[in-house]
Amino acid sequence: MSRGIAVTGVGQSKQAKRREVSIGAMVREAVTEAMADAELTFADIDAVVLSKTPDLFDGVMNPELYLADAMGAVGLPVTRVFTGGSVGGHAAIFGAHLVQAGLAERVLVVAYSKESEGNFTWALSRGLPFSAPLGAGAGGHFAPVIREYIRRSGAPEHIGWQVAVNHRLNAVRNPYAHVHRPDITVEEVRDSRMLWDPIRYLESCPSSDGSCAIVVTGEEHAGHTPRPPAWIHGMAWRTETGHFAGRDEVNPKAGQECAADAYRQAGIDDPPAQVDVAELYIPYSWYEPIWLENIGLAAEGGGWKLVEDGRTTFDGDLPVNPSGGVLSGNPTGATGLLRFAEAALQVRGLAGEHQVDARRAIGHAMGGASQFHALWVVGSDKPGVNT
Amino acid sequence: MRDVAVVAFAQSPCQVANRRDDMADILLPVIREAVETAGIDRDDVDFVVSGSHDFYEGRTFSYIDSLDAVGAWPPISESHVESDAAWALAEAWSWLQLGEGDIALVYGIGRGSLPTDLDQVVPAQLDPYFLAPLAPHRDAIAGLQAHAAIEAGLTSEQGMAEVVARCLNAATDNPLAQRSGHVDVARLLDAPYVSSPLREHDVAPVGDAAAVVVLAADDAARRLAERPAWVRGVDHRMDTHYPGVRDLTESPSTQRAAGRAAEQAGFSMSDVDIAELHTEYSHQEAVLTNALGLNGAVVNPSGGPLAGRPVTATGLIRMGEAARRIRDGKADRALAHATSGQALQQNLICLLEGDG
Repeated sequence: MSRGIAVTGVGQSKQAKRREVSIGAMVREAVTEAMADAELTFADIDAVVLSKTPDLFDGVMNPELYLADAMGAVGLPVTRVFTGGSVGGHAAIFGAHLVQAGLAERVLVVAYSKESEGNFTWALSRGLPFSAPLGAGAGGHFAPVIREYIRRSGAPEHIGWQVAVNHRLNAVRNPYAHVHRPDITVEEVRDSRMLWDPIRYLESCPSSDGSCAIVVTGEEHAGHTPRPPAWIHGMAWRTETGHFAGRDEVNPKAGQECAADAYRQAGIDDPPAQVDVAELYIPYSWYEPIWLENIGLAAEGGGWKLVEDGRTTFDGDLPVNPSGGVLSGNPTGATGLLRFAEAALQVRGLAGEHQVDARRAIGHAMGGASQFHALWVVGSDKPGVNT
Repeated sequence: MRDVAVVAFAQSPCQVANRRDDMADILLPVIREAVETAGIDRDDVDFVVSGSHDFYEGRTFSYIDSLDAVGAWPPISESHVESDAAWALAEAWSWLQLGEGDIALVYGIGRGSLPTDLDQVVPAQLDPYFLAPLAPHRDAIAGLQAHAAIEAGLTSEQGMAEVVARCLNAATDNPLAQRSGHVDVARLLDAPYVSSPLREHDVAPVGDAAAVVVLAADDAARRLAERPAWVRGVDHRMDTHYPGVRDLTESPSTQRAAGRAAEQAGFSMSDVDIAELHTEYSHQEAVLTNALGLNGAVVNPSGGPLAGRPVTATGLIRMGEAARRIRDGKADRALAHATSGQALQQNLICLLEGDG
């Protein structure tokens, strides 16, 4: 990367059903926190990028217009990105591109969803001819993919239950997480209601309201921040067509190539050894082994063994989603950016109770029929220093 | 700054409604035409970015279907804006500045005919708590803006009708226009109001179309086009949301974007030969030309949106039309403008130039 780029501010709202605040007020919570973290005022910001999943989820069309004031974006360039659930990652990368290209010095990337003001499963259950009229929502799409992963890998069924427990226990350390279940057990997950075979209720993400914001700056500014920056070592996005004969949705090529590109930029040739922590987009528990394999943190067919051996727990050697992840809070428009932001917090040493020992972290997001992928590698050190 | 140029532009005809083709079907021939014009293979494209909006399509993730026309396999580098595709062009231009690739394909698709009732769709763009419940119909806020523009002396009902007549006349040379013809201003003024002081002809006719622009950088641009339309400056800005606190006769975001684009380009608005403005209503031409300080430029030689408004493709078509005139040698410098939101809340300016 020709120019040093870093995250110098991170903010987020509490993830929950937030009927007591408006969309604008909830977005402002994250924006205010990110600006305070970076110790900047709106006059310092050159551009704003807004990440949001489908407007039909909560009913505001082109929300960048209504939110112009809440984001401090009046008088600024505002770009509204949308690529499915990966959108938060795309927005973060586009914001970083603006800095990398020298078109902006400081970019505010904002993301939110207010699922409680709409009906998520209704909005995702598209009518004919786009999908069968099952009202099955997102889980209905991913369940057969998970079944295929289990068939291929021979993973025992308790892997999904264990991931659900790991992430919920992590979430207890994160005050922003929606779901707090300190007493959760594998048995409880196993006995919870079957939603989309093999996905049980407690293996599923909640539907949350929430917002997230980050400030991305060039190295001239990142060197003078009150708190340590998270340096961007590599970033990439990839898209593939969602439906065609022979497509492998269990291990999508777009995800593999996306990660490989980011690793190449970061100088990573042995990802499991060179990455300390990963915040991955895991909306259903089985996606932990699926993505570990897809992005090269585990050998193909071996992702579930990392779970089995406890290596991805909070105290493991490759913690996954110490924040609690998507299983503990899913404001879809912000979910991708939250993964990228949490990775930044880890390498800045600012993750609070869910801080792990990390100098290099992955933020990952995916969307659509596992066809949109975004990933970045962030580090405590400026690229080229101690790496 | 890398030199980036429009090397190809293609567009499907603006139609009142296209019920025969789905999103990918409308788009596919347009992508083919643009790629053929540029003389490239789809594999030569380094980055793809598009603009559209689910609220017109009436379903979530609608843009995913358009990717079938792109052929995103093997995997591609790709992004999308959920607004007018002019903002996708701005993203492509920014991406090319990174130097990680030389060719970007930008597409926009807009199917304004799909909603049963635009009066329910358009107010969804407003503050959902304080403004949307007032349920202003699709042209209500534009009517307030037109009224303010007349009161401020920027235009008149006669002047607005003259803009419409000029645009429809210009559109007779545009085979892709949805509406065109030689119309009599006096007869236009006999029509009833739809949102006083706006008459039906003052409202850009909503319809369906797709548009594709191919951008190329440096040597690739020189190789792919005989006379590339160099994108010398791109900027876009946002105004406050609330119509009640805005002076609707002014467009500070347009002015600011134009100022920044002019800084990048090294020439100003008064130097352009033609201007393609995203006028969703006839009175907005006066608001925009006043904000921009255009000086003798021919405005909307294609007929502009008053001759066809395929919603989220409309702004990108302005870029394509401005570039077309440079590539044809009919203009040396051109301005393209795009807008989003009610009463010109968000505006984008793109300045283009041919080789001297």
